[in-house]
Amino acid sequence: MPVKGEYLGMPLHINDLEHDYREFFGYCAKHDLHLQNCDDCKMFRYPPTTACPYCASPRATWKPVEGKGTLYSYGEIHHAIQPVFRQYSPYMLLLVELDTQRGKPGEFDGLRFTGNLAAPNGDLAPPDLVRSVGIGTRLRIVYKDAGEGISMPLWTVDESATQPARPWRYPIE
Amino acid sequence: MAPGGDINAASEKFLRGKYAIVGVGETGYVRGSGRTTRALGTEAVRKAIEDAGLKPSDVDGMLSYSFNDSTFSPTIAGELGIRPNFYMDVYGGGSSTEALIGIAMGVIEAGMCRTVVIYRAMNGYSEVRIGGTGGRGSVAPVGGEGLFTRAYGLMSAGQMFCQSFMRHMYDYGTTPEQVAMVKVIHSEHASNNPKAFYKKRLTVQDVISSRMIVKPLHLLDCCVETDNGTAIIVTRIDRARDCRHKPAVIQSVVGRCCKPRADMHYQAGPISTVAGHYAKDILWPNAGVGPEDVDVTGSYDAFTFTTMLQLEDYGFCKKGEGGNYVSDGTMRLGGKRPNNTSGGHLCEGYTHGVNMVIENVRQLRHDVDDSCPVGPDGKRQHSYDYREGGCRQVKKVEVTANLGWATPGQGSAMVMAQDKR
Repeated sequence: MPVKGEYLGMPLHINDLEHDYREFFGYCAKHDLHLQNCDDCKMFRYPPTTACPYCASPRATWKPVEGKGTLYSYGEIHHAIQPVFRQYSPYMLLLVELDTQRGKPGEFDGLRFTGNLAAPNGDLAPPDLVRSVGIGTRLRIVYKDAGEGISMPLWTVDESATQPARPWRYPIE
Repeated sequence: MAPGGDINAASEKFLRGKYAIVGVGETGYVRGSGRTTRALGTEAVRKAIEDAGLKPSDVDGMLSYSFNDSTFSPTIAGELGIRPNFYMDVYGGGSSTEALIGIAMGVIEAGMCRTVVIYRAMNGYSEVRIGGTGGRGSVAPVGGEGLFTRAYGLMSAGQMFCQSFMRHMYDYGTTPEQVAMVKVIHSEHASNNPKAFYKKRLTVQDVISSRMIVKPLHLLDCCVETDNGTAIIVTRIDRARDCRHKPAVIQSVVGRCCKPRADMHYQAGPISTVAGHYAKDILWPNAGVGPEDVDVTGSYDAFTFTTMLQLEDYGFCKKGEGGNYVSDGTMRLGGKRPNNTSGGHLCEGYTHGVNMVIENVRQLRHDVDDSCPVGPDGKRQHSYDYREGGCRQVKKVEVTANLGWATPGQGSAMVMAQDKR
């Protein structure tokens, strides 16, 4: 049975063959971040894959990972292409670098998540929140339930973290 | 071992100087061709064959690329009476041109055919727009890898690349005004190109005051979408010397070279470094020249930023100094090393790379199709007056480089030179 859901009016589906995606979004549905951890080299990886990008091992175990990180880069979408996103523009496309495994395997490598900026309840961020976030902002994961066995991971400002005085933003607002 | 570390720079065993581009063909660059990609492809291929001084029966290999928005080789072959001994139609957009040139050399070397035409035909404005605007993809159900992209409103090229561009500004202090100069300079070049879709000269202010599409990309940081067919012909150097024009001799080629984590390049390394960082270690040793030897560049301008990032990572300036390089006049006609003298994708038209190769072939022939008068020998008598509406032939062109872009994580490249014989 495929996993089916709906998010922002978009139909979502994960077919029966996509075992790794089913696992990932299944944990998200429990508001729990799990990633594959390689049984051989012990590296985490994102997004889910059927083998280890670092040692090619097919053996991995899903393990919990703390959903906290720093905004590594972003884009701000003013001209939405998908109709459902027009009402949320401008919206932020985030690249969030997790604290877990930061600087591994190489100095400039990490676990970097694509996603959107959201309010703490998982709704896409309103304009004033968008304007407050930049490179360096500390973020935490939140989830928006999308159906049985699937929630979408999103990111919001980590209220409990020490934030940079001025996160870096594009110079022209 | 460093990427490309197994390559012996002292030898010419990688076919340096053994192949050439002998023919180029293009339709007009328009919005609303009113024709099928079949008609566009056929016209471009026919013109390339004529330009080479060949007959359709002289061409026995065909390569094309598309996002399934084109017409495949057997159909175009049928239109022109070509009987292919080899053909292949591959999936892909930007960076395919140089990659397919390498494949053409390989299949000829393998004896599979003798002369290959490579084409890209697209109604990139009136049928399938690469940005996805109005396309079926923008409303289709989300599954598979789309759960990590489209579910977040991430599907167009600008949306996919913006984080790399933004991080370059953060890492190196690159400014919007510096990057806007790519569009300014390419618009100057396009004003001397009667074929260009956009011929108006623009200012930095025009660029940074145009509406924001995907921060850091204003509308005028993004290339134009057009309808066109473009084609080039590759053959071995001995046959090339029998063709109509002086051959543009291929010195080295790199095809779809990737950063680590080709599945999702953001995971590896500084994202402000692009695939050219790896490709340069194949391109320059195989060509036997370096960036300092290059007279004209064709750095792919899907966006203003793509031109800058590639010039930087291929070593035309120090890492991080791309903003300065693209804005200090170096890459302007009359400057030390002009880039995209046709106006490129930002101004001439969008072809997924072929027109930038065509332009450099013409530069090497010293026969760019600007507004200069044609002399009795059939060649243009260039004035080297680069004012608006004037010449766009570079005075001294012995070596050119094309730097093709697919994504920050994937690119292709080629060095060409004048035939020394």
